[in-house]
Amino acid sequence: MRPFSTVPAFIEALLDARTEQPSRRHFLKTSGMLVVSAGVASVAGPFASDAAAQAAGPYPDINFRQLDSWIVIHQDNTATFYVGKTDCGQGTGTAFRQMMADELDIAYASTTCIMGNTDITVDQGGSGASDAIQVDAWPMRRVAAEARRVLLEMASTRFGVPTAQLTVANAIVTVTADPTKRVTYGDLIGGRRFNVALTGNNINATTGVAKVKAVQDLKIVGQSPQRYDIPAKVDGTLKWAVDVRLPGMVHARNVKPPVAGAQLVSIDESSVRSLPGFVRVVSKGNYVAVICEREEQAITAARQLKATWRKPATAPFPASEDLFTYMRATTPTSSQDPEVIGDPGTAMAGAAKVVEASYEIPFQGHTAIGPAHALADPSNGQMTIYSNDMKSYGLRDGVAEFLGMPRDKVRVVWMEGPQGYGRTAADDAGFEAAYLARELGRPVRMQWMRSEETAWDSKGPAFTVSMRGGLDAQGNLVALEYDARAADYCHLGYNEAETVLISQLMGTRRNPVAPGSSATPSNMYAIPHTRTSTHVVSLPLVWETPLRTGNLRDPNGPQSTFAAESFIDEMAVAAGADAVQFRLKLLTGTTEDDGGFKRVRSIAAIKAAAATFGWDTRPSPKPLGRGPILTGRGIAYAFRGQTVVAVIAEVEVNRTTGRVWVKRLTCGHDCGLVINPEGLKHTVEGGMQYALSRTLKEEVTFDTEKVTSVDWVTHPTLTHMDAPERIDVVIVNGDPNPNRPDLPHYGAGEASGKPTLAAVANAIFDATGVRLRRVPFRDARVLAALRAAGV
Amino acid sequence: MSNVTLKVNGLAHTVDVDPATPLLYVLRNDLGLQGPRFGCGLGQCGACTVIINGTAVRSCVTPVSTVRSEITTLEGLAQNGTLHPLQQAWIDEQAPQCGFCQNGQIMTAKALLDKNPNPTDAQIRDGMSRTLCRCMTFYRVQAAIKRVVNKGVA
Repeated sequence: MRPFSTVPAFIEALLDARTEQPSRRHFLKTSGMLVVSAGVASVAGPFASDAAAQAAGPYPDINFRQLDSWIVIHQDNTATFYVGKTDCGQGTGTAFRQMMADELDIAYASTTCIMGNTDITVDQGGSGASDAIQVDAWPMRRVAAEARRVLLEMASTRFGVPTAQLTVANAIVTVTADPTKRVTYGDLIGGRRFNVALTGNNINATTGVAKVKAVQDLKIVGQSPQRYDIPAKVDGTLKWAVDVRLPGMVHARNVKPPVAGAQLVSIDESSVRSLPGFVRVVSKGNYVAVICEREEQAITAARQLKATWRKPATAPFPASEDLFTYMRATTPTSSQDPEVIGDPGTAMAGAAKVVEASYEIPFQGHTAIGPAHALADPSNGQMTIYSNDMKSYGLRDGVAEFLGMPRDKVRVVWMEGPQGYGRTAADDAGFEAAYLARELGRPVRMQWMRSEETAWDSKGPAFTVSMRGGLDAQGNLVALEYDARAADYCHLGYNEAETVLISQLMGTRRNPVAPGSSATPSNMYAIPHTRTSTHVVSLPLVWETPLRTGNLRDPNGPQSTFAAESFIDEMAVAAGADAVQFRLKLLTGTTEDDGGFKRVRSIAAIKAAAATFGWDTRPSPKPLGRGPILTGRGIAYAFRGQTVVAVIAEVEVNRTTGRVWVKRLTCGHDCGLVINPEGLKHTVEGGMQYALSRTLKEEVTFDTEKVTSVDWVTHPTLTHMDAPERIDVVIVNGDPNPNRPDLPHYGAGEASGKPTLAAVANAIFDATGVRLRRVPFRDARVLAALRAAGV
Repeated sequence: MSNVTLKVNGLAHTVDVDPATPLLYVLRNDLGLQGPRFGCGLGQCGACTVIINGTAVRSCVTPVSTVRSEITTLEGLAQNGTLHPLQQAWIDEQAPQCGFCQNGQIMTAKALLDKNPNPTDAQIRDGMSRTLCRCMTFYRVQAAIKRVVNKGVA
């Protein structure tokens, strides 16, 4: 088979080709080895070896309505799958291989998967929204089923028997009645094209004639092959986007405005001109970059460059300690019409007990472990960008627009990189590298420094949430009001030519400004009277600000769910009820919107988590312990895009230091049909621990001029000291109908983080009787709250 | 610029660089190594970790001219095509998510176990505490280390 080694062969070939002379490429082209034809997948699959010659371009979109764009069968009876997704480390590539191999009837080990290269793979948009398995896997399954159908037709012709009399397994077709008659997929089509057209109005609807298999016929789905990408990640052989080196390349570093909103007055280039390796200072508007031959030279030169900046006349934002006061006082830039169910006003007025609380979540950032980077190559009048941007196709489109180049002159080679959980600064770095590469006419590697990444990457918006709930005399939650404000005005999209940072710094102002959004709770509680309202507020500085907001892993979900699920706990406490029982009661009602299906699945996930954890039914808080360590447990739940997650956290709170340790996490997780159970568990573990970091550690801090959380000291993150001692992930199938012919596969990844913040807050309350309504729960904040409460 | 000779993973190299250049950039850009990676340039995260004299060293804050002994990088752990037990444990445990930080996780664990082959859970946490991961794979990384400790094969 073809092992997935350090890097897909076509990328190696691509890099090799960059070192060759044009005559060599010309030879390849004229010798007939290069297949170029517009409108088809000209270089996919067996022709990928000709990627060596592909520097010539252009790079037309890959036609998703051609089977050859998705699947190539090789002569050695292996298959390569070409998909338009990227894998951010959750093992989606492995899952795609499982699903497509299953539909194709080929052994998993005989397959490879190529992802997210704009000139090689169909455009499925790259990654986002944890929907790879839920949405994008469907066309993959269908095209693999279609390839199987076509291969069976070919075998039928060869043997002169109907397809119904053929058996297929492990990419070998046999005549059922005469097993001596057999042929491999490789013999049928290896190295050649299917030339089979597919249909579908859009890529998600892509289909052939064949139907996908019923769940009970899937054999590879449901197993747990190890992730194919891990060996090269632990032996050092993987070539990441940071590892690409090209002849003649130079190194760039940005020089950011020293304070938000500053205007560049002048640059004294003589401050760096005599430095070794100096190549150039590039500046336009407020964008400044320094380019040198060597990386360490660029770092030094960027630090030494003397530039004069003019501070803005008014403060760009309030200091972070005044943020929530500001957010509550300012007039929203937009307010959604409230969603009202029943008559919450009357119900609240008639309630036996009314509880109010408000919650605060600060700006939190991506702060990737590896700061943003990209390498852009302007050879041949085109632009090739080596990037880990999870939306490689969007990066291609955006850069083409930004540089005024035809789309088919720009391509993005997607390679692995540090975590890409949303709208990261990888977008910005890609544009910057491309711009500088065109300016210099040389390959340029852009690398953000740590302080840039932590201060200037896009942020998840800060939230304030006010909640009010009413209980009747029996302790039933009869009315609930949720009112959220998000500091999300001018929200960044992905790879937008008008809003990437370099574009803003050069003076571009998109009109109209993106309005931004807030978020509403995502659960299935049947509460008779509710009012849900959301608002967006703006900080004074809208453009060229380090407090620019963009999608951050499960955008806005952790914020809204922290408030909503903390407050459900507060209502349970007010009712004197157990937190699990209180939730189960809220999920037993029926409404016409979901036929009970979503609630039944919600109940199953909560019960599974409670059973695995060994939940002791009682109201919170528990009687205050005596020693220095107080222990407690809390639950929270969320329903996200058809995926149900119930998280139980057990905490230890040190009453003398304020330190919170989440000792144990249990997750009941129902995302429908599970493709790779072990992979799912690891993804859920990662998602929950990521949320722990947002719960316990992370906050973007700033004074009235600039972000002050700029490294791992000023911006703490979860560490090995904080890892739970035990994590259980319980895979739940809460489908109430055991006879369903097919189960959909829903999404995982982001969902598990959503309820984790509240689960921890609820556990801290259980342990201490103190309700923390403002994340993160760093030691000093917790200790102050404990002291204030006399704990 | 001046000539600096380094021994890395058993091979000697001479490079012509500014002696103050952080070792990381020489390993990556002059010697083409891919294991140590830039994460912070401040010695805070561990992504750039290499082993020198049995100690996990942050190559991003180590001037190349100060290195006197052989350097081992992630690429140098496997012997004769066989992965180091820690690397194998990382695969067995499926420890990485994105994997960008895992060079630091593995190299720090290697130095930890070389000094103390039988660490307690608390010693593992403490020994790994300054090696960061933003996918938060700590639980699995600790499990992988314990796998090796329990087998006694480090």
